[in-house]
Formats: sequence, C-alpha cells, structure tokens
Amino acid sequence: MRSLGILDRRGLIFIVLVLAAGVLIPLANLLAPAGSPFHVSDYLVPLLGKYLCYALLAVAVDLVWGYCGVLSLGHGAFFALGGYAMGMYLMRQIGPRGVYGNPVLPDFMVFLNYKELPWFWLGFDHFAFAALMVLVVPGLLAFAFGWFAFRSRVTGVYLSIITQAMTFALMLAFFRNDMGFGGNNGLTDFKDILGFSITAGTTRGALFFASAVALAAGYLLCRALVTSKYGKVLVAVRDAESRTRFLGYKVANYKLLAWTVSAMLAGVAGALYVPQVGIINPGEFAPANSIEMVIWVAVGGRGTLVGAALGALVVNAGKTWFTGALPEAWLFALGALFVVVTLFMPRGIIGLWGDLTSRLRKPAGPVPAPKPAE
Amino acid sequence: MEPVTQSLLYLDDISVVFDGFRALNKLSLTIEEAEMRAIIGPNGAGKTTMMDVITGKTRPTAGEALFAGIYDLTTLDEADIAQLGIGRKFQTPTVFDMHTVEDNLLLAVKADRRAFANIYWRRRAHERARIDELLERIRLKDQRFRKASELSHGQKQWLEIGMLLAQEPRLLLVDEPAAGMTDQETADTAELLRDIAKTRAVVVVEHDMQFVRDLDVKVTVLHEGSVLAEGSLDQVSANERVIEVYLGR
Ligand SMILES: Nc1ncnc2c1ncn2[C@@H]1O[C@H](COP(=O)(O)OP(=O)(O)OP(=O)(O)O)[C@@H](O)[C@H]1O
Ligand SMILES: [Mg+2]
Repeated sequence: MRSLGILDRRGLIFIVLVLAAGVLIPLANLLAPAGSPFHVSDYLVPLLGKYLCYALLAVAVDLVWGYCGVLSLGHGAFFALGGYAMGMYLMRQIGPRGVYGNPVLPDFMVFLNYKELPWFWLGFDHFAFAALMVLVVPGLLAFAFGWFAFRSRVTGVYLSIITQAMTFALMLAFFRNDMGFGGNNGLTDFKDILGFSITAGTTRGALFFASAVALAAGYLLCRALVTSKYGKVLVAVRDAESRTRFLGYKVANYKLLAWTVSAMLAGVAGALYVPQVGIINPGEFAPANSIEMVIWVAVGGRGTLVGAALGALVVNAGKTWFTGALPEAWLFALGALFVVVTLFMPRGIIGLWGDLTSRLRKPAGPVPAPKPAE
Repeated sequence: MEPVTQSLLYLDDISVVFDGFRALNKLSLTIEEAEMRAIIGPNGAGKTTMMDVITGKTRPTAGEALFAGIYDLTTLDEADIAQLGIGRKFQTPTVFDMHTVEDNLLLAVKADRRAFANIYWRRRAHERARIDELLERIRLKDQRFRKASELSHGQKQWLEIGMLLAQEPRLLLVDEPAAGMTDQETADTAELLRDIAKTRAVVVVEHDMQFVRDLDVKVTVLHEGSVLAEGSLDQVSANERVIEVYLGR
C-alpha cells in the first residue's frame, strides 16, 4: 500500500460503518416503535455496545501482536482495570441509595465493616478523575511491566507466559475481600452515570454511541501509528528484531510505546463496557478471557486492525448464539474455530476476503502469509 | 578524553568463552580509517563472533574494544554502536521481508532513531533523493516497490549492503557477502565493496578465495579464535601454518 494518508479505502468504510451504527442503532431503539422492522430491542443495544467495546479491545491487541509481534495473553488485565476505574466512579454515584444507606461507603464496605473510604477510592466521585484513571492505571501498569520485560529482552512464548501470569495474579488479588474492590462480587448495582439513570434507554443509547466513537477514534490512533515511520519500525521489529537493533533503533522503546498505548485503549474499552453490562468482577481478569481476545484477532486477520474489530464482532456474536442454543458446546466451537483459522486461514477473514476478491478479478498467485508470532 | 589509539577500530586481547569453549582467544586487531580488510579462516574460527563483539551482540569475557579511540564498545548496546557509525551485514541476508525495497532503505537511512520523532516523520525530498541514489547504486531501481521477500538471494544481499550504506557508517562489517552468488554477482560485489572502501573502513569476512583476490587488500587469517597471519593474500597463502590449518585436516 503506497497511500500516504492514514486512511485507506478499507479504513474509511470501517469508520463510516461504525459511526453510522453508533447513530442509527440507538435511534432505531428509541424512535422506531416496537414491532416495526426497524426497531432494535432494549436487550440488543447494550449487547451490541458490548461488542463494540470488545472490538476496541481487539484493535488494541492487534496493535501489539499484529504490528510488533508481542503476543499478549494478558490484555484482559488492562481491560478489567479500566473497567474497575469506571466501576468505582459508578459505585460512588450510588451515594446514600445503597442497601445500607451509607452516603460515602459502598455497600460491600459497610458489610465488611470499613470505617472510612480507603485512600485509593478518593477522587473517584469525580467523573473526570475516574476517566483519567481509566487511562493512567492500565498505562502505568503496562509501562512498568514493559519497562522490565522489553529491556530484559523477554520475547516470544516467555513474554506471553508472563503476561498471562500478570493477569492471573491480578485476578487472585481482586478476588480477596481485603483488597477493597468488592472481592468476588465485584462492583455492581450501579444507578447513575453523570447524573443520568444507567438503565434509561437514552443513557444506553448514549453509551452505545460513545463506544462507537471510541472504537473509531482508537482505530484512527492505531492507524496513525502504524502508517507512520514509527509503524514501519514496529513491523521491522516484528519480522527481524535484532536487525532493527543493528540499524540503531532502541527496540525496547518502540515496543514500550505501542504496548502502553495499547493498554490504555484496552482500559477505555473496559470503562465503556462496565456501565453497559452493569457489573465488573474479578472474573474479567481470568486468563481464558485474554486468550479469547487473541482468537478474535486471529479470526478477523492479524495485523490489519479492521480485521481485529471484525473478528471480535463475529466471534462474540457466535458466542452469544451458542450460549443461548448450545451452552456446553461453546468452548469446543471456539477451539475448533481457532484450529481452523490457524490451519486454513492464516490471514483471517480479511485475508480470505482479499484472496477471494483478487481471485475473482484475476487468477493471482499465492499471497505470502505474514510470519507467525515468534 | 584522549584517544588511546589513532586507529578507527582497536581490539586488544579479546577473549570470548562460551561454556568453557574459547570462540575468541586473545584476539588483537586494528583497522584504520577508510581501510579495507579481508578476514579469512576455517569454519568456527571465530569470524562471526568477532563481529558480534564489535557490534555489541556478544560481550567479551576479557579484553578491550575501542572505536575511534574513545568509545568502549564492550559497554554499549547494539543500537548505540550502530548510531556511532558501525554497520553490519549478516552472514545470512537479513532484510525486512514484509517491507518494500524502498522502505527497507528508508528505515536504514541515517536519521533520528527515536520512537516519538518517527511518529511525526514526514517524507522529505532529500531522503527521497538519497534513496534514489542508493537504489541506483545497488541496481534495484526497478524493484523499488516490491516486497523484499520477493527478491532473489543475490538481490537481498545487495539490498542489505544498500541498507548498510544508507546508515553512512564509518566502519562496515560484511559477513560472507558472496555466499550463494553467481560468479558475475560475486565480481560485481567485490567492485562495489572496493568502491565503498574509498571513503569508509570495510571489514569483509569471506571464504571465497577468488573474491578475496578480487578485493586485493590486506588479509587477516583467523584460526581457533586468534590471528594466525596477516599480510597480502600471496604472503598468507605461502605461510606454512596457514597451509597447515587449511589443508592439514
Ligand atoms: N552463542 C554461542 N554459544 C556457544 N558457542 C558458540 C556461540 N556462537 C558461536 N559459537 C561457537 O564459536 C565458534 C566460532 O563461531 P563463529 O560463528 O564465530 O565462526 P566463524 O568463523 O564465523 O565460522 P563460519 O565460517 O562457519 O561462519 C564455533 O565453534 C561456534 O560453534
Ligand atoms: Mg561466520
């Protein structure tokens, strides 16, 4: 691709579709009367909103995996931390309306005999502070983690394993009641966001719209990064890391920047996810979640950004269907899907689509597959 | 700091030990500014290991390695050393397969190497002109927009040499550039390297004796991690110990 701008045709179509959905779906929910073919049910809006958050998360995973060769099996941690930061704001918005009626302490703290708010809950009654923490907490964790990992040149499987260990350790920590985050129940029973009732149709619509905007903006940011010379260096690192060093690039810094940005995007996705599903609990840190994210990206097409988002939508739609129709079969289906994609569609749905369209136009030779992660 | 030496590259008593095995054994070698040197030696003599030490990939167990008389190469990392002006071509050609030929050169062209600076990077006319000139020189002008993975073996070798030149290094380390090349390509490569050596120091490791003869420069023979002989190719070929090492097994 020789286009100089950051948006190619595929990217443009993607942005337009996402933003159009962001506007039309809430409108179809609020304006079209129930029973009309254009009506989108109250159940569907937050469900689709959840998919949009997953899509943003997948784009974040693709930035580091697809372009930089860092296979993260711990992005669920950044997503969950962003979610907790938002959850803490929503808890404080409950105010005296909790079961125990304590104006400051959330219910679980009253129940656990807390006398006052732990210091790390201070400030979360302000939305702006919480929003900042949505970026800062995952960003700082990623920065610290990446600083040590990339400087010590941990790569490949070893790096993947320690990212998985990171999210596992956080899960165990958040399960403990004395961490001050509600233990295994997590944070829930939210009432308001920015003064609007969280269950109101208009709030749901606004959250959906915000998720669409976040996905579009996150995509644009990643696209700007990967189309810059910085992005070319990232790909060079992915394909021949030591060669890049011998050209004079500080590889650790390049990885650290992408890694930190990616973690912050995952945090934003988590923050938008929590008010739409109404709960955040330590299960979000589960190692299996982080592995699922990688499967979304692989299914959609690694190293394309749009493919990652598409993969998240397709796989999660499948998951919703399966958990309704054949709940026991979902994990097997997911496993089978992963095997099929790895063996027969190494470039995912996007790659398959590209192959089909180019074969229709002219009988082309085989397209080289991108190298697998080291 | 006062330069310890006037030489561009100064290796003194370098030893590298891998699990008790001495890959380099008290190796000493100096290269002058804009000098070309050929290094020969049997397999496992330590030629590649020597380049690893100079470029920061391997830390010597003992010994001193100085660049331009003041930079201690044993304390710097690969990126710092590359930025000082030491470029390296690997034994097996290593280019960025998924990038175009042009982008491979772009990544190598001497410029700000910091991550943030490269986010805001814009294509500049002088960079483009420099890439044009390099493409001309390595004869890949027509391949500009092809992916590097689609190049022939010989073209990849030349692309990698082009990437070396793009860095404008003061010292080039070239490991077996003629490996896998046709006779014509080999002769052309020798000429290209001789041309480069007019302005820069070049250290070439090569097994192909015809190639070394074409280079027509001072030769250093490595054996079991140390220098066995030094001189013109004819001199070292007549050296009894060299003959013994090459033929005696
Ligand atoms: N990382 C390493 N660990 C252990 N041994 C090593 C390592 N790197 C090199 N060696 C050994 O050191 C010796 C010197 O290797 P080196 O690659 O420098 O030889 P060379 O002169 O470049 O040989 P060739 O002509 O085959 O390229 C060899 O015996 C090799 O097996
Ligand atoms: Mg070698």
